[in-house]
Amino acid sequence: MSTQTALKTTPLNAVHREAGAKMVDFGGWDMPVNYGSQIEEHHAVRTGCGLFDVSHMLPLDVRGENVRAFLRRLVANNVDKLQSAGRALYSCMLNEAGGVIDDLIIYFMDESWFRLVVNAGTAEKDLAWMEKMNAEWGMGLTLTPRRDLAMVAIQGPKAAEVLNNALPGVDLITGNLKPFNAAAMGEMFVARTGYTGEDGFEVMILAKSAPMFWRALSEAGGKPIGLGARDTLRLEAGMNLYGQDMDETQNPLESGLAWTVDMKTERDFVGRKALESSELSKQMVGLVLLDKGVLRGHQKVLTKHGEGEITSGTFSPTMQQSIALARIPMGIAPGEEVEVEIRDKKLRAKVVKYPFVRNGKILVA
Amino acid sequence: MSIPADLKYTPSHEWVRVETDGTLTVGITHHAQDLLGDMVFVESPAVGRVLAKGEECAVVESVKAASDVYAPVAGEVVATNGDTESSPEAINADAYAAWMFKIKPVDAGATAELLDAAAYQKLVESEAH
Repeated sequence: MSTQTALKTTPLNAVHREAGAKMVDFGGWDMPVNYGSQIEEHHAVRTGCGLFDVSHMLPLDVRGENVRAFLRRLVANNVDKLQSAGRALYSCMLNEAGGVIDDLIIYFMDESWFRLVVNAGTAEKDLAWMEKMNAEWGMGLTLTPRRDLAMVAIQGPKAAEVLNNALPGVDLITGNLKPFNAAAMGEMFVARTGYTGEDGFEVMILAKSAPMFWRALSEAGGKPIGLGARDTLRLEAGMNLYGQDMDETQNPLESGLAWTVDMKTERDFVGRKALESSELSKQMVGLVLLDKGVLRGHQKVLTKHGEGEITSGTFSPTMQQSIALARIPMGIAPGEEVEVEIRDKKLRAKVVKYPFVRNGKILVA
Repeated sequence: MSIPADLKYTPSHEWVRVETDGTLTVGITHHAQDLLGDMVFVESPAVGRVLAKGEECAVVESVKAASDVYAPVAGEVVATNGDTESSPEAINADAYAAWMFKIKPVDAGATAELLDAAAYQKLVESEAH
């Protein structure tokens, strides 16, 4: 900890420090890991309302005549599913080998404007890749990184109530915003999306307005939540984390993301040929640990058809036992038992279909 | 939280209390639990196990990470704390009350090599920078 490279900060950095957050270096960003107890923060989101600073993620506006055509080729999911203004789509962006460059959310605003939100750690790489494709395909689009925006996620069963109380009149923008839809007014952008398995919103707002917005949300009952609980929440919700559950060396079909790859039409997208010629040998499953201990990333999984590996593991505060996502050989079905090597022991785990938890309810037996 | 003056410490963040019968009670420090966060699993060494000084002998796991616990001195494990094992969060509540195991040291004088509270305080401060 002696090397002092300047960490990047979000517009809410001072607000986190005032609130007593424990700050960590998260991929070069100075971010709150918790504000006290990670487990209490986790429960606050499942039962009430939590606030997350996700300003390290990058909103990216893509504008121009050919934006839909560009995205049709760029990503594995099909943007033609987006027909009404504000609709959102989750997709992977693949390389020619079918490996995942990043996963992202795409919002369709109008035929000359789509907004993408990409991961913090991959933002520069993503932008370079998109600019390269933009030039190669002669699309003539303008790609604008929106570092002038902050992004706050408001998540939990009371999220709508907190947002409405914090910002009276916000329902003029959001109306009856349905899940996976967004609306914009000026520079304020409200999406009913999230990374917790609960109802909630992700709001983009001008950076200078973010501290005031955060304070209003706090006063309306939103609890600040760090990256620690963000990880246990998303894992219970069965949502992949880029860099851990998939990366450029893994294809989406072996990462539990087949549902995001659209091959129903003849659409030519980067990575399609590789996916079509690849033979599936692994599958992504959920694990619930039956013995005592904690599942962690990179632990070896022993099955009757060979070895696999845990990609993300943790202790689930909602289930009070350890859970994981694991990439294991095909042919192992939910309900079967496998073994996980933890230190010098082999512990028993049950294979389950995930998500583990949605809308506050445990879904696996 | 202040560092109790009546305990001894290791550079790997264990605390040690010398009991009147000469056994040593061992736990992890407040600083260690603060770094790890919410505790969810504790694995103690088996009673009767003979430990070398510095040997990995127990594990504590928080939601965030797993961390080894090392034997502060050479000796035999004579007791473990079932309460801490069944309620790992007790370490977060009071790290100096939630002991993990007791050792009968090979050499009664071995604790002289451990850090006192002032030296441990310095170590914690140096790690903060």
